Amino acid sequence: MTAAIRPSISACPACVAAPGAQALAEQGGHKDARIALSLPTIHCSACISSVERALAEAPGVSSARVNLTLKRATIEADPDVMPDQLIGLLKRAGFEAHELDAGTLSVTQNDKVGRDLLMRMAVAGFAMMNVMLLSVAVWSGATDATRDLFHWISAAIALPTLAFSGVPFYKSAWSALRVGRSNMDVPIVTALLLAVVASVWETALSGHHAYFDAAVALVFFLLTGRYLDHRTRAIARSAAQELSALEVPRATTLRDGQEVPLPVADLRIGDLVLVRPGGRMPVDGLITEGRSEIDRSLLTGETLPVFAEPGRVVSAGEVNLTGPLTIQATAVGRETSLHRMADLVAIAESGRSRYTSLADSTAKYYTPGVLFLAAISFVGWYLYSADIRTALNIAAAVLIITCPCALGLAVPAVTTAASGKLFRRGMLIKDATALERLATVDTVVFDKTGTLTAGTPELTNLSDHDTTALQVALALAQGSSHPLSVSLTTAARAAGILPAKVSELSEVPGYGTQAVWQGQVVRLGRAAWTGATPGADTAAWLSIGEAAPVAFTFTDRLRPGAAEAVQGLMEQGMRVLLISGDTGPAVAALAKRLGITEWQAEALPVEKSAKITDLQAEGCHVLMVGDGLNDTAALTAADVSISPASALDAARVASDIVLLGGDLSPIAESLTTARSAILRIRENFRIATLYNVIAVPIAIAGFATPLVAALAMSSSSITVSLNALRLK
Amino acid sequence: MDVLTYLIPISLVLGGAGLVGFIYTVRSNQYDDPEGDAHRILNDDWDYHPKP
Repeated sequence: MTAAIRPSISACPACVAAPGAQALAEQGGHKDARIALSLPTIHCSACISSVERALAEAPGVSSARVNLTLKRATIEADPDVMPDQLIGLLKRAGFEAHELDAGTLSVTQNDKVGRDLLMRMAVAGFAMMNVMLLSVAVWSGATDATRDLFHWISAAIALPTLAFSGVPFYKSAWSALRVGRSNMDVPIVTALLLAVVASVWETALSGHHAYFDAAVALVFFLLTGRYLDHRTRAIARSAAQELSALEVPRATTLRDGQEVPLPVADLRIGDLVLVRPGGRMPVDGLITEGRSEIDRSLLTGETLPVFAEPGRVVSAGEVNLTGPLTIQATAVGRETSLHRMADLVAIAESGRSRYTSLADSTAKYYTPGVLFLAAISFVGWYLYSADIRTALNIAAAVLIITCPCALGLAVPAVTTAASGKLFRRGMLIKDATALERLATVDTVVFDKTGTLTAGTPELTNLSDHDTTALQVALALAQGSSHPLSVSLTTAARAAGILPAKVSELSEVPGYGTQAVWQGQVVRLGRAAWTGATPGADTAAWLSIGEAAPVAFTFTDRLRPGAAEAVQGLMEQGMRVLLISGDTGPAVAALAKRLGITEWQAEALPVEKSAKITDLQAEGCHVLMVGDGLNDTAALTAADVSISPASALDAARVASDIVLLGGDLSPIAESLTTARSAILRIRENFRIATLYNVIAVPIAIAGFATPLVAALAMSSSSITVSLNALRLK
Repeated sequence: MDVLTYLIPISLVLGGAGLVGFIYTVRSNQYDDPEGDAHRILNDDWDYHPKP
């Protein structure tokens, strides 16, 4: 069923977003600006009215509307109203709010295809009910003129309906036939046409059997399947797009000493861009001012932050940690190394393009089989009775009865149920065949930084230090927002340490914090700055006066559910591997902690995807779980891929499934659900086949009446849908 | 069977009215926020005076 159209997935969401953003910019010149906010905490009617009231009272806002289903507010306001003001306003009213990029969202806002399918489905449903009413009268004994009248009225309803509602099938069948191929829609269209021709002919000659009800019911059931299928994917797509929209592409530039906020798309080479601590580099560039540390883990997988000072080259996607930096753009937009890497992924052969879905592989046998059966019955009956009318009638009955109502519902009914189940557990299935591919997985490859680990450090050697050192360290750590300092503060406070009294506390961006304690200079920061020799571990060094510096070592905290996920997968008999771009000791320690025996460190992006290709060559079906840009090629190459919501946009786009929460534990469960879903799909195929095995001989023998066809069709569709609900 | 002359057109017109109504609701975005609409009915902000 899903043979023909799969939306093209660009490796670069910004490129998808850009046309929308441009269109918005063009029309937004004179009109009110439109702001979209995500409100993850709203849940009740009081929330709706307080949010709307708070927003409406803000100066410059002309209208505000909350959408509770999407947990989102759309605001029409004067162009000079900044989203930050509104977010602050809502925060004071007690609601968490995040800005959404209107350009990225506008792509999803009008689900034209879905609406179109719904409309056609509604028309088919209306026609089916009316035609069925008339048909029941005929089946229960209307004769002669009454029957003919009922048939004619049915025709008057059915013909326009088929012309309108059947369009998706005609289009799909035509596009397949034009290039000399065949798909599931070819027998469907043949059946519809044959049924209409035979029935109109019968009616004109006041015959007994007309298949108008069956033709309309067929279209209705098939459209239902198609609409379910579409909706499942549309929900996943809009949720995925909301994740992308949360990263608003805006940068602060310095123009003549003034700070000007600008969309990233408008940045030019040579612009001076200000990146605050915690911000992500929007462009490739050269640091012109400021000292800081840079977290490159999303690009390379390294956990140790890198020291940054003027003259150092930075790439888009790196995160600034401590001090504000001013960078001069050397490459913007599509020219940045981030995009060049993402483009490479687009070229790489994707695991999903090699996969043929179950529905498609069934259709390959089914289509010629059905057409062959219909042709045989037509020819056979023509030779036997020499009556083209009888032969046509029987061929139409065969096609109608074999037509894949149940096949059309078999896959979407199950995938809708399974995707809904996984969605409630926090997994977003983005690709139509992802579930099927997930069910075949026997090898799981994990990335380390940001995937198995949360990317936040955890102090490991608290007990090695005496109370005095801890008190001083705590006093210094409190003065900084560097991740290591924050972690040290949390750990020391949890141990009941009170900060020492220090004076002249100051942070030196890129180096650490220093202060004066009991007349001595105390420093907490980088090894070289405190006079120590750097080791292999992530560490902050504390020096008190002239005494030898001591190290506070850190390890990356495990992401919640990581241990359960790995253990669960191993219990299912999966082969689990850890491949990371980080240094050997760090990777080995984590592998040991989680019980993973196969690991590889310092892997380049190319090596990661090569390793996956090797595994596939060995006959393994690989699930890749990763979050960084260095994983995107591997995510694409793998048979199926998962990325956490915190992953880089490019990584999320490259993967089939996105984990919405921070928890990894649903991964193991999702494999079980996927396998059970595939089991149900196969069962559904068998049920559909069973109906055909019983009904087809009846049809070929010429005993099929429109009543039999209607019964076979409805009961098989209902059984298949009910079976899908048994999914565990 | 003369009654059919009335009943069939009536049934078609009634069904058609339902269909037209449905198409109108789809066109005017009434299915965009089913959850919000379910909650909005409990909201008494405009109970005593119409929304301006």
